[in-house]
Amino acid sequence: MITAGIDMGSRSIKVVLIEELKVDGAPQLKYGVKKSHIMMPGDLDQDVAADKAYKEALEAAGLKREDVKAVFATGAGRKQVAFAAEGITEMTAGAKGANFMYPMARTVVDVGAEEGRGMKTDAEGKAIDFAGNEKCAAGAGSFAEAMSRALQMTLKEFGEASLKSDKSIPMNAQCTVFAESEVVSLIHSSTPKNDIAKAVLDAVASRVCAMVRRVGIEGEVVLIGGMVHNAGFVQSLKTAMGVDAVSLPDMPEYISALGCALIAAERQH
Amino acid sequence: MIANYGYKDGSGEYYISIDTDKCISCSAGHACLTACPKSMFETITDDYDDEVTWVKKPNCRTLAYDCADCKPSGGYTSLPCMTACTPGAIKHSW
Repeated sequence: MITAGIDMGSRSIKVVLIEELKVDGAPQLKYGVKKSHIMMPGDLDQDVAADKAYKEALEAAGLKREDVKAVFATGAGRKQVAFAAEGITEMTAGAKGANFMYPMARTVVDVGAEEGRGMKTDAEGKAIDFAGNEKCAAGAGSFAEAMSRALQMTLKEFGEASLKSDKSIPMNAQCTVFAESEVVSLIHSSTPKNDIAKAVLDAVASRVCAMVRRVGIEGEVVLIGGMVHNAGFVQSLKTAMGVDAVSLPDMPEYISALGCALIAAERQH
Repeated sequence: MIANYGYKDGSGEYYISIDTDKCISCSAGHACLTACPKSMFETITDDYDDEVTWVKKPNCRTLAYDCADCKPSGGYTSLPCMTACTPGAIKHSW
């Protein structure tokens, strides 16, 4: 049986196709990822973009629509996926996906382009507590992206630059617009770019950490979402949370789509 | 599940926490829905097919302002939503 999970993020659409496995002598290998696919939509029409992303994923996996038993959607635009049988919240999908990758995970931190959130999960991957920031982008990837643009750096360079700094410059602005003014002031006061990059990522991390602390840090901590690719942010978040080790999946942006596909598979039984 | 709806900004932390385990078996008939003067709550079916109350999305971004009238400065001694919620599922962070 094959099922699909589609994560309709604000920046990209992620599709994960999973297959139920029957491996003799290894009951823990219940599901395997058949194909993962990401698309940056050029179309403002989300349902058209979702259909395109799904079609591309099917083609890449060599599958037809009828081969897939169920399609579930998650993410901010999940309601736009007309062909999805069900919509799952980002919390439920993220917790499920993180638990599949790291069965001992009890704290999940999800930082994507639009929103950041902290979740606590149980042993089955059910979200038992969550907190997000529903108001602004200050605790999310788009904030870091806007600030990297102000420094004329790519996001990758921005993260790497942050790791080269050992200074802690507080950024007081909560809003992206005002924070950009602070970054401009720091540039004018000849503050090295590395220090500014660290200040920005420390600020994002402290806002994400405030949400995580609301639910409590417990057990193994897993970071998911596109921001995990930013090494500087991961370091800042570890420092803010006061933890030495966090688990980082290889493809962190796909974890919610994976969780969604897993829930779709479980509900077919 | 403890669901925290709201945000943190430069002026403070504004979250309404709803304990969905208490909410599922609501003995007050979801009285919070009518108790809130701003009608901020609504009942939804969650991902586990349980009927629970949540804070409407647009209100999640404006809690500090929406709830201001029910705080002591608005003449209330206790919050109408928390008073109506006899199972004690609703809490305010501020």
